[in-house]
Amino acid sequence: MIAALQKLGASTLATLGSLGRSVMFLLRVVLGLGELARRPGLLIQQLYSVGVLTLVIIVVSGLFVGMVLALQGYYTLVDFGAEQSLGVLVALSLTRELGPVVTALLFAGRAGSALTAEIGLMKATEQLAGMEMMAVDPERRIIAPRLIAALISLPLLAGIFTVLGIFGAYFVSTVMLGVDGGSFWSQMQAQVSFGDDVMNGMIKSVLFGLVAGWIAVFNGYDCVPTSHGVSRATTGTVVTTSLVVLGLDFVLTALMFD
Amino acid sequence: MTDSTASLRPDGLIDIRGLVFSRGGRRLFDGVDVTVSRGEVVAIMGPSGTGKTTLLRLIGGQLRAQGGQVNVDGEAVGRLSRRALYRLRRRMGVLFQSGALFTDLTCFDNVAFPLREHTDLPEALIRHVVLMKLEAVGLRGARDLYPAELSGGMARRVSLARALALDPEMILYDEPFAGQDPISMGALMKLIRELNDALGLTSVVVSHDVEEALSIADRAFVLSEGQIVEAGTPAELRASHSEWVRQFLNALPDGPVPFHYPADPMADDLRGERRE
Repeated sequence: MIAALQKLGASTLATLGSLGRSVMFLLRVVLGLGELARRPGLLIQQLYSVGVLTLVIIVVSGLFVGMVLALQGYYTLVDFGAEQSLGVLVALSLTRELGPVVTALLFAGRAGSALTAEIGLMKATEQLAGMEMMAVDPERRIIAPRLIAALISLPLLAGIFTVLGIFGAYFVSTVMLGVDGGSFWSQMQAQVSFGDDVMNGMIKSVLFGLVAGWIAVFNGYDCVPTSHGVSRATTGTVVTTSLVVLGLDFVLTALMFD
Repeated sequence: MTDSTASLRPDGLIDIRGLVFSRGGRRLFDGVDVTVSRGEVVAIMGPSGTGKTTLLRLIGGQLRAQGGQVNVDGEAVGRLSRRALYRLRRRMGVLFQSGALFTDLTCFDNVAFPLREHTDLPEALIRHVVLMKLEAVGLRGARDLYPAELSGGMARRVSLARALALDPEMILYDEPFAGQDPISMGALMKLIRELNDALGLTSVVVSHDVEEALSIADRAFVLSEGQIVEAGTPAELRASHSEWVRQFLNALPDGPVPFHYPADPMADDLRGERRE
């Protein structure tokens, strides 16, 4: 009993310690952002590896998610003779929820895990320590561009995911299910609000970008510098990001769409 | 502790006084004094796990002393602001045991890295400097290779060229001879001594390779259980009467440092009785 309590206490303290370190880490990175402004090349490089290289999975997933949404939505709506509203259903689902959330989950699996593994390996092979001793601050040179690249990439990827999802749904609705293309677009235009739906979705994806990037770079930077430590950190990034994104999404939805 | 006057030289570029440092509940340094004068090659020796690498990290400001002082060129490293510490590090080169080369950059780009980070030199001039540094370590021809394509000895030489890139005043070597074949070892020893003399550097070599370290060092310190147990010139160390130093220098398997890790009596262990 005592041992179980001790274990619980130790793991709570470890979690709180890690949370504290991650907040201090984020503050230091944010305070050092000035250097990144002087060297945009570093950011562009990371935008490519974090953002552009994640495009394929986002494009393919977006299309298929939209197509499946259209199919499922149609089977329900057609019973009520409301299949002309398929465009609204798909667009609202994608802009409000699926676009930001699924993109963040895919981003954690593709880019977040890669960031953690890269930074963790740099730590394990003393490259970060070497950089520090060359008077180059790894938090500014390595971490900051990656964090900002995640923050910029995720909303853009979520936008692409949503647009392609809508096109996928349009294709299935009009070509496969015989829904009228005109009503698909016009109902969507009438009922999807830019300010409420699109903007709230964008705000969500910006926050998810911050969370996904922060968790990925911190896990790499804070990992135990061994092969097992890097592997645990990489898994931890995907699991933690997924859980935090889903939890945060619930809170944001409750606040935004009451 | 020897009464060698060398350990109390006032003009030390690196001056460590009464250093106390513990980690993981273990006291690694308990009142260590080390002074390194300008222009000399100093070896810091001791068995694995005595905190030699930690000492280098304390000098480089990656760790902070819990007691005593670590001064480099008159500045207390532990009390420097981030900016001042980074300024000081530009005057230091460090050769890590692993080489710590950037695995995604070629040898050329590895050596060019500190120059590109800290100077506004045009690329043509950077190319000249990098080629000169690589020539000094004999690896100008390997400039387009990636670290994975280098042998351990070559990687350490590239790392040395990178440490020299900004023309530092002092170089800290972490186990430069560990795991090297005789030819690489000879090349590294020659480089450390010759670069020190030719460029007017100050070198601190942390090593447990006794013969190699003593053959290039002007002075050496022997660390054991958190203290300097002997200090002096290589000749003074070889003449030491300390049993511990004799065991260490002559590589004897048993002596003051026991062969066996502390354990319960063998008979108890075999009977399966455990002492809690």
